[in-house]
Amino acid sequence: MSAVTTLERTTFLAETRDFLTIWIGDQIFGIPILQVQDVLGEQSVTKIPLSPPAIAGSLNLRGRIVTAIDVRTCLGMPPAEKSDHQDMSVVVENGGELYSLLIDKVGDVLSLPQNDFEKTPATLNEGWKDISAGIYRLKEKLLVVLDVPKLLNELLTEE
Amino acid sequence: MDDLIVEFLTETNESLGALDLDMVRLEQNPNDKELLSGIFRLMHTIKGTCGFLGLPRLETVAHRAENVMGRFRDGDLKVTPDYVTLIFAAFDRIKLIIAGLEETGSEPQGDDSALIEHLDAVYEGRDGNPDNAKDGSAADGDNDELQALFDATEALSPDQFDSIVGIPEDEPAPDAIAAMMETKPAVSTLAAETAAAAAAAAKPAGDDHGNKGPSLADQSLRVNVDVLENLMTLVSELVLTRNQLLQISRSIKDNEFSGPLQRLSHVVSDLQEGVMKTRMQPIGNAWSKLPRIIRDLSMELGKKIDLDMVGAETELDRQVLDMIKDPLTHMVRNSADHGIEMPNDRAAKGKPETGRIVLKAYHEGGHIIIEITDDGKGLPLAKIKEKIINNGLATAEEIAGMSDQQIQQYIFRAGFSTAEKVTSVSGRGVGMDVVRTNIEKIGGSIVLKSVEGKGSTFLIKIPLTLAIVSALIVASGGERFAIPQLAVRELVLASAKSNVKIENIKGSPFFRLRDRLLPLVSLRDLLHLEGENEDSTQYIIVAQIGTYQFGIIVDKVFDTEEIVVKPVSKILKNIEIFSGNTILGDGSVIMILDPNGVAKAAGETDVADAENASGAEVKADQGKEKTSLLLFKTADGAPKAVPLSLVARLEEIETSKIESSSGKSMVQYRGQLMPIIAFDSTVDLHDKAKKPVLVFSDETSTMGLMVEEIVDITEEIVNVQVSADKPGIIGSAIIHGKATDVVDIGHYIRSSNKDWFKRHGYEAYGDASTTGRRVLLVDDSPFFRNMLTPLLKVAGYKVTTMESPLDALQLREDGEKFDIIVSDIEMPKMDGFEFAQKVREENSRWKDTPMVALTSHATQQDIDHGMNVGFSKYIAKFDRDTLLNTLTEALVSQGGVR
Repeated sequence: MSAVTTLERTTFLAETRDFLTIWIGDQIFGIPILQVQDVLGEQSVTKIPLSPPAIAGSLNLRGRIVTAIDVRTCLGMPPAEKSDHQDMSVVVENGGELYSLLIDKVGDVLSLPQNDFEKTPATLNEGWKDISAGIYRLKEKLLVVLDVPKLLNELLTEE
Repeated sequence: MDDLIVEFLTETNESLGALDLDMVRLEQNPNDKELLSGIFRLMHTIKGTCGFLGLPRLETVAHRAENVMGRFRDGDLKVTPDYVTLIFAAFDRIKLIIAGLEETGSEPQGDDSALIEHLDAVYEGRDGNPDNAKDGSAADGDNDELQALFDATEALSPDQFDSIVGIPEDEPAPDAIAAMMETKPAVSTLAAETAAAAAAAAKPAGDDHGNKGPSLADQSLRVNVDVLENLMTLVSELVLTRNQLLQISRSIKDNEFSGPLQRLSHVVSDLQEGVMKTRMQPIGNAWSKLPRIIRDLSMELGKKIDLDMVGAETELDRQVLDMIKDPLTHMVRNSADHGIEMPNDRAAKGKPETGRIVLKAYHEGGHIIIEITDDGKGLPLAKIKEKIINNGLATAEEIAGMSDQQIQQYIFRAGFSTAEKVTSVSGRGVGMDVVRTNIEKIGGSIVLKSVEGKGSTFLIKIPLTLAIVSALIVASGGERFAIPQLAVRELVLASAKSNVKIENIKGSPFFRLRDRLLPLVSLRDLLHLEGENEDSTQYIIVAQIGTYQFGIIVDKVFDTEEIVVKPVSKILKNIEIFSGNTILGDGSVIMILDPNGVAKAAGETDVADAENASGAEVKADQGKEKTSLLLFKTADGAPKAVPLSLVARLEEIETSKIESSSGKSMVQYRGQLMPIIAFDSTVDLHDKAKKPVLVFSDETSTMGLMVEEIVDITEEIVNVQVSADKPGIIGSAIIHGKATDVVDIGHYIRSSNKDWFKRHGYEAYGDASTTGRRVLLVDDSPFFRNMLTPLLKVAGYKVTTMESPLDALQLREDGEKFDIIVSDIEMPKMDGFEFAQKVREENSRWKDTPMVALTSHATQQDIDHGMNVGFSKYIAKFDRDTLLNTLTEALVSQGGVR
């Protein structure tokens, strides 16, 4: 929630904002670059029995235990097909704990002008509306800004 | 909150801990000037900081207390217990204000005037104590200047400090001050010298009392725990990387890296050890409150007690320290309260009047041992025995076979307190069991040795650290898990081919472990893991939680490994089966199983069975629920069964002991006469030898049923098929593949004791027309609940039993529906009349359900009252036919019988 307000405020103050772009299927998402701690390649993930389906397991990141979140499941998307899937993950911090978001692949870092920013449209898919912090109009695609704290907190309260 | 205030709070809390300790010492050695000036300085620092931070209330209290202590220090007021108590009162007030400050960030409201007045009275010598007559000229004026001097001498060692303070005592005050002012430059040079000297004299031997002086304090600094934790994590990572490097290096022969790598390896090991040390704290920190507690206690109880603390510098992990603080305090309190006798009692026994409590801590092989010894009266064995019997923890026979030590261990059971009176400090019976649980929680153990009249010793053994535990690594379904070694009793390799094998009863695995049946739980099933075990062998990990033993089936067992326990992510905290996770030496993440959680997850059926047995709640669906049955044989060899929950005990009684009294066979059993009935009346009771007897017991009376042979205990779905006409038999059922008679215990009880049912009231008998009707039976007596259930079931009813109306009403809330309610009248908490009123309330889901009352009190008045509150029928006297008819009638009048 605080992330949303920060985002909105900075949108009006700064000319551009930097995002790490990620792909899940053919949808492009953006994560504010300052929230990203690490980008990882394929990792060995230990499955956690009895855990909710959105939790892929846990992995060791330089001595810290990181909980892996299957973003596809969170977004209600079907499991990935092998071809466009590179098993990458983006590590973010929330409430003092590290989470690794499993996604298909990582794209470029983009500096996006605030003029291209739109608030989350009311007609966006219900499940996605909650985790979207807004939309950027890119030339070819529409980029959904992922509200990471909200995504994780929703997992916490789901339990 | 202001950072400054936070800093002040941590510092002050520490100082106050030290103050408590020092005041107790001072009381014992009133002439210890070094101690006095130390106390004075601490108090002064608190006061000074308060003024600086703008905390007027705190400042006032600290200031007035300091005034009084100033007089102690000046030697013109003797340190007496009364005054020490007063100072403690001031300390307590300061703590109170600080606690408020911590909570809200500002000083709490409150009135200190009484305390201040008292302090002032002492300070000004008008408290009526003849020893406290003050010659006005002294401190008043020069107090502030003295403090200025204190500020200047902050850096001085106590010894030097004293030599300076010593001067003014003999001289008129103004001159003294002047003299001191002159010595000021000298003081600062002295300070520099002594600081160096103090630093050189590392740790003073003998009775060092915490904060010896500022020079020592300067050598430590406060570090946030998070920073340390972070360091620890980094070091663990470093260790892992080093291990990988070493592995690589080993595979290449004679490479130039091996030398530097060896050095790196050593440094890393030292680093790891060093970082571990930062988490360690001396156990003395957990003891600092004890002297004060003992002092207050001895004042309150009028006892004389010395507290000796040995090995306060023994270090252990911060986390462990926090966990044992309260148990230790409780135990020392116990020793003082229950252990140490009154001075005259001690004198009478030839002991010194002053009792001694010794607290000792030392390292022993990766553990810390803490000993708490007192030379008091020891544990009163006779009283403990009595209590064990009264509380039903064991029988007199069982106790007779126990050693003193075994009996003493009972004080660790819940609800056990031998104190005759409950004092303000202990005797509430929630003590030792909590202590034991807390200690066991951190993987420790507690042992008690006590000799009556001589004293008691408690030995507590706790691990050095919680962060690292030894764990067994196992695998199931292709996943690895860690099980804390502490919970593991033994490992068993089971194979289908050998005779050490896992047996199945209707899909549930069991194992014969020596002469016991070990319940098993498969980790694969419990965790819903995939895959099959390719090997024909399985491992059983025998785990123990308290006294409950069970086995966990896993596919493979690897090695034990020292693991660093890390808490699981918040997202996973609801999964009770894991107590944490960790990173293994090979860098992979692994979940740590919590044996408690496993038992809980697997033991649900056990819990339910226990409830069935105690009759707390039997939700029965005819033909579906398992019932525990006791199988026995009678003289004719025919198998018989009786619900196990009805049987109180099994005994063997010699037939020669059976006596005859007014035409009945009786036996002396536990100091009472118990009627004995032979199952088959044709059997000669005075036959020969020992015979097994089933003992049935209610609160007040017991009866024995003598049978030929006890066969087995079994758990079966009882489907009584034939309703027998023979008295004493409910019907027959197939048990173990044989037609078995299910015995109507009620019949035998009736013939043994005509009063039995008068006190309780009822029984039931069946009729096919009511098949499938749902009956709610409410009765507080487990015996009658258990007995009535099978009888009503035979009659074709679906029976739900409830121990109390309150539970029954809960069922109403849950939306359950019944065709008829049968309720006892005399019940604790809520009686049948009240229950009926509740049921008949407006908006009650059950307001149209017919109710039948069962009772032994059958005056016309009662019946009228019962009818008024809503019972449709009233069965005053026990009679199974009447009950049956009444039930049918009631259902008919509702138009309900099919």
